[in-house]
Amino acid sequence: MGDPPILQMTGIRKAFPGVVALDGVDFSLRPGEVHALMGENGAGKSTLIKVLTGVYGIDAGNIWLDGAPVRFGGPLQAQQAGISTVYQEVNLCANLSVAENIFIGREPRRFGKIRWSEMRRRSVELLAGLDLHLDVAAPLSTYSLAIQQMVAIARAVDVSAKVLILDEPTSSLDASEVERLFEVMRRLKRDGVAILFISHFLDQIYAVADRLTVLRNGTLIGEYPVADLTPMQLVTKMIGKELTVLERLEQEPRTVTADAAPEPFLEAQELGRTGAIEPFSMAVRGGEIVGLAGLLGSGRTELARLLFGADRPDHGSLKIDGKPTTLRTPRVAMNHGIAFSSENRRTEGVVGELSVRENIVLALQASRGWSRPIPRRKQDELVERYIKTLGIRPANPDVAVRNLSGGNQQKVLLARWLITEPRLLIVDEPTRGIDVGAKAEIQRLLVELADGGMAVLFVSAELEEVLRLSHKIEVLRERHLVEELDNTGGGVDADRVMQAIASGANA
Amino acid sequence: MTTIVRHRLFWPAAVLVVLLVSNVFFSPRFFTITLQDGHLYGSLIDVLRSATPLALVALGMTMVIATGGIDLSVGSVMAISGAVSCLIIGDLSDQNSVGGVLLAVGAAIVLALVLGVWNGVLVSVIGIQPIIATLILMVAGRGIAQLLTDGQIINVESAPFRVIGAGYALAIPVSVIIVAVVVAVSVLLIRRSALGVLVEAVGASPTASRLAGIRARGLTIGAYVFAAVCAAIAGLIFASNVRSADSNAAGNLIELDAILAVVIGGTALTGGRFSIAGSVLGAVLISALDITTITVGVPAETTLLFKAVVVVILCLSQSAAFRAAVFRRRRTAPVTPAAEVPA
Repeated sequence: MGDPPILQMTGIRKAFPGVVALDGVDFSLRPGEVHALMGENGAGKSTLIKVLTGVYGIDAGNIWLDGAPVRFGGPLQAQQAGISTVYQEVNLCANLSVAENIFIGREPRRFGKIRWSEMRRRSVELLAGLDLHLDVAAPLSTYSLAIQQMVAIARAVDVSAKVLILDEPTSSLDASEVERLFEVMRRLKRDGVAILFISHFLDQIYAVADRLTVLRNGTLIGEYPVADLTPMQLVTKMIGKELTVLERLEQEPRTVTADAAPEPFLEAQELGRTGAIEPFSMAVRGGEIVGLAGLLGSGRTELARLLFGADRPDHGSLKIDGKPTTLRTPRVAMNHGIAFSSENRRTEGVVGELSVRENIVLALQASRGWSRPIPRRKQDELVERYIKTLGIRPANPDVAVRNLSGGNQQKVLLARWLITEPRLLIVDEPTRGIDVGAKAEIQRLLVELADGGMAVLFVSAELEEVLRLSHKIEVLRERHLVEELDNTGGGVDADRVMQAIASGANA
Repeated sequence: MTTIVRHRLFWPAAVLVVLLVSNVFFSPRFFTITLQDGHLYGSLIDVLRSATPLALVALGMTMVIATGGIDLSVGSVMAISGAVSCLIIGDLSDQNSVGGVLLAVGAAIVLALVLGVWNGVLVSVIGIQPIIATLILMVAGRGIAQLLTDGQIINVESAPFRVIGAGYALAIPVSVIIVAVVVAVSVLLIRRSALGVLVEAVGASPTASRLAGIRARGLTIGAYVFAAVCAAIAGLIFASNVRSADSNAAGNLIELDAILAVVIGGTALTGGRFSIAGSVLGAVLISALDITTITVGVPAETTLLFKAVVVVILCLSQSAAFRAAVFRRRRTAPVTPAAEVPA
């Protein structure tokens, strides 16, 4: 390990209005290593990459590449200096050929004319170097996502071969494709390329990474050789256990009462959808908060979507109030009293162009049908009540929702569902990316709703939050529901859940 | 003052006023409206009258564009509607029978309902891109119209039918009254019910709308049906005005003018928020432009060029970036709308 780092970042600080995204973070990368960047959502991983590649400027700190201080004005400059990034979504043109994708923007030319044969020959050579043998004249779309990913990597490596950043490249690949990608990574490693690897799958980190750096809430937790940490220790470091201000407020474990309805409102039996979530069975009762815990990509959202009819299951069955039911569309689920607030607030939740009022009444209006508009006075009354109860700011019903902050958009979305008076409220990451105060308000609200008899399915990446609110915790790992923990009386602690999450990672 | 300038429709309205005023230099009596034989006459009345088919088509197009779609078939629907109505009237033993004319009008509208369902189903059930789906009827529809009329122009001499496009009631052209009533009823129906907001939600964000329980399919089909019915009424006005079914001339290229009118009126082609008043204003503006080329005496061969120049000026006037560059104020007025508040 005597190699001097090819890339070194020290004391990096980056603040956005109201949020410090990175605070005094150090990071170093050596040639010929795979270095994993670990942390929960919002820990600052993507900000660090964007700072490195010049998408964002930095407020303090230094970046050295090959021993020389650098500061990039944008990804193109970073690429020219030898840092390439391959993102989760393949950023290539699927309708162009493989060779065109590899050489787009830098085609070999003579007299201003593209030399197609030269381009194809060099593409074949380059891909052979990664042990890939493709028809380079075929459109990229004819190949699987994994191969497309590798073509993107081939392009990145050919453009500049010093530092390669892989931002969640495996999130849409299956096991054999992942193995293939790892082969390519090991090959590049032998050639001396430094690889920064981000993945939410712990087993992948253990399979391919040499060292890892853990970030939490924008601060550096530490840098470790992968072999020195057990998966359990790693999860603990990522999630952290120190109490936030909020948690001290509510430190007494909520006496989770067992006065849930005896009969389940909703019962899933071996419900599943290929490629999204393996068959699972669970029940939700009125008056009960069921928490879904698991790392990103463990299938939390996919499970929730099945219970709302947002996706159709291809396996198993569902009962509502004991009666077999098929939720073909969200509308059918709504008619059964199910509400779903998506984790993607901006794209799947609020309609940014519309006003706060219109967004709040949207679901209720949809279920009443277009011909029975909610009278304006009733709208005003409902909207005003929820703006007040949830503390939506600005408290102006006519402002367009896209101008609201994330937390207020979330509250608008919750208000939309609360006025439909659902029997089961599914909330996916309702507290992600919002400030501590709003977070506490939303948590308190969920507890009140459950106390009032509503069933709540609570999905969150934050374990502490799930533990504090849930009567029952369903633990997911790698698209399987692996364990159900009874939290009545606060019997479950973080270690217990982490154990369940990490138990498969050693395999 | 600034609130007026900031209003969405300020710039198109300003261009309209400039256009109308500039006519006075060439035709001093441009703004004069006289009452002859109980009918209002004048250039302004002509502007409104000639705007009527376009205003109707633009009204329907507005709803389709609001859903995120587009309807290229409106011109062909106009032709079909004219052909069907003239065919029925031509076969009447007495062309002046009011009942027979009503039957013809009803038949044209019922056929438009079917054509609208066809478009809507192609788009929302089968999932063909709107521009392609409606291209089918755009091409085929004119063929159907020609088939119906055997490729001939069918002339009709029916006094009741003539009323639709050329008649007067209370001194006002009947076609203008029809358009005013259709627009008013549409606005009431769309804005008093929840149709408007549901369509806007679907157009602005189909995914979020689906997850909010909105059934986009029915709304989308409804928008295409509405567009077809509007086009059919426009086709009736046109046929009545020329006293014949001319399958080639009826609604020729009107889809492009209608799209232009909608865009001038401030409805984005990407769907979402729409403005019916804006589209009607856009239609009147385009009609005023046509009339202006005549009063100004633009040579026939350069008419299209003249129109194009005015449209370019209009589009530039609506571009905040362009206005900022031209008027080059020393203010630090943002060229683009304020960035979104970060999460």
